[in-house]
Amino acid sequence: MAMLEVKNLSISFGGLKAVDDFSVTIEKGQLYGLIGPNGAGKTTVFNLLTGVYRPDTGSIFLDGQNITGKKTIEINQSGIARTFQNIRLFKELNVLDNVKAGLHNHYKYSTIEGIFRLPGYYKVEKQMDERALELLKVFDLDGEWDYKASNLPYGKQRKLEIARALATGPKFLLLDEPAAGMNPNETAELMETIRFVRDNFDMTILLIEHDMKLVSGICEKLTVLNFGQVLTQGETSEVLNDKRVITAYLGE
Amino acid sequence: MNKNKVRMQNGITYGIVAGCWILVQIMDKTGHMTSLLRGILVPLCMYSILAISLNLTVGILGELSLGHAGFMCVGAFSGAFFTKCMENVLPNLQLRFFLAILIGAVVAGICGILIGIPVLRLKGDYLAIVTLAFGEIIKNLINVMYIGLDKGGFHFSIKDTMSLGMDETGVVIIKGAQGITGTPKASTFLIATVLLLITLFIVLNLIHSRTGRAIMSIRDNRIAAESIGINITKYKLMAFSISAALAGVAGVLYAHNLSTLAATPKNFGYNMSIMILVFVVLGGLGNIRGSMIAAVVLTLLPELLRGLNDYRMLIYAVVLIVMMLFNSSPKAIEMRSVLLERFRKKKDTAAKEAS
Repeated sequence: MAMLEVKNLSISFGGLKAVDDFSVTIEKGQLYGLIGPNGAGKTTVFNLLTGVYRPDTGSIFLDGQNITGKKTIEINQSGIARTFQNIRLFKELNVLDNVKAGLHNHYKYSTIEGIFRLPGYYKVEKQMDERALELLKVFDLDGEWDYKASNLPYGKQRKLEIARALATGPKFLLLDEPAAGMNPNETAELMETIRFVRDNFDMTILLIEHDMKLVSGICEKLTVLNFGQVLTQGETSEVLNDKRVITAYLGE
Repeated sequence: MNKNKVRMQNGITYGIVAGCWILVQIMDKTGHMTSLLRGILVPLCMYSILAISLNLTVGILGELSLGHAGFMCVGAFSGAFFTKCMENVLPNLQLRFFLAILIGAVVAGICGILIGIPVLRLKGDYLAIVTLAFGEIIKNLINVMYIGLDKGGFHFSIKDTMSLGMDETGVVIIKGAQGITGTPKASTFLIATVLLLITLFIVLNLIHSRTGRAIMSIRDNRIAAESIGINITKYKLMAFSISAALAGVAGVLYAHNLSTLAATPKNFGYNMSIMILVFVVLGGLGNIRGSMIAAVVLTLLPELLRGLNDYRMLIYAVVLIVMMLFNSSPKAIEMRSVLLERFRKKKDTAAKEAS
């Protein structure tokens, strides 16, 4: 069964059809790319998938489960996690607490236990610390666990955001321009990390990216959006050589 | 890990409170305590509790609330109402006071939830103005309320004492704008200090727990918090109502420190709410210890300057500005760190010379 099955998804804001009849099928374990010129509606697709917007028409199935029109929190709990184009970390919290916030729904103790420091608090907090550090290690951030998130360098902030998303235990990960603002070295490193995440966490990944080196390097399949509509879909190499795609990006 | 650091910081905060208590005891024994100072001890604790509880809303949850005095008012009246009603049933004042504190906290907490449900949908300035309005509504509602008790039970009116329609055994408990008279004076410095410590315990432990993390993540980035599955409404309401409940405790303390309790603009009006906010901002948003210290300093200062008569409020204002600058202007922060560095170096060289 496909991990994600989107059919005829549409949404309009006022008179503008931001996403029009968008369909895509993503298989389990795939690294899928969503590309397109600025304003094509890529981030809107992400917002539809994560419940920020409700679609006007269409359906979204995650691993066979209908998640169309559900709230962001419910969608996260059924297994979609995301990162943001403009990094959204919990700036005043330290690196470890950012990840621990992601573990919120998986390691539980009540508020009363927290206030009165009952045994449950110590037990669960310890498990949380261990799990969070494990995740940070994957992204080579464990040395900076007590830094304030806003004091991390840019590249590491991006990585921390991915770590936080993974902490929620998703099956399906959405990355919104993970390489934006990174230098070539950082991008190369990021590609390794994304591959590593896919292989070691059994993850299916959909990513938006403008960096064609990254896209051609790691994406197995691509969908190209233009003016809210699917321009073309298919294997990465075919799509990137498609004349219409080049025209959409560069003009006639 | 950082648990130890947090534990040490919290220990220092508790230590400061305990130290102040001991200091007051020593001053009392050696006869250095003026009656003016003795009278202000309970209010000092009360203001500290208010500042800490508001810091939970403003500093930790990140929502500006200007109606904190309203919750204090609810706590004060429900607590005092209870002690008055139970006068004959529960003759033990200490026990009655203890129950009154619980009731004040619970009623104020429930008020917090009821007001929080519609209000917390707003953000920033809008939220501030609506909470301000709610604070005033609470105060004015209590001002027109008449409640009496006779053999038949409670009588309620919003007109006057006569329309309560009680028989000859009736006692008016809340008398409109005159409020509740004859509340027993049960607040002592010891009880107030213990309540302050309990408030600190609750707030500090809450912040450094799973719930606190969720609340702070909402403050830092609501959209991201939602995307990782944190229930925004639940945690906002929780922080807001805990903050209201603690303000209610301060209210009960206030009510039992005076023999008459009336809701006037001076004690439960927006002036009070803003004063509490000043404590919080001056002490540092999210800095629990700081807001406590700011509350103490800013309450003590006008009292200690009483000898200067007319210049009192002038000096108070100047101190307020200087403290604000010292706390948050970038130049001042830089200067502070330079001075601290120099001090440390001196200590190091002194230590080297000594060895």
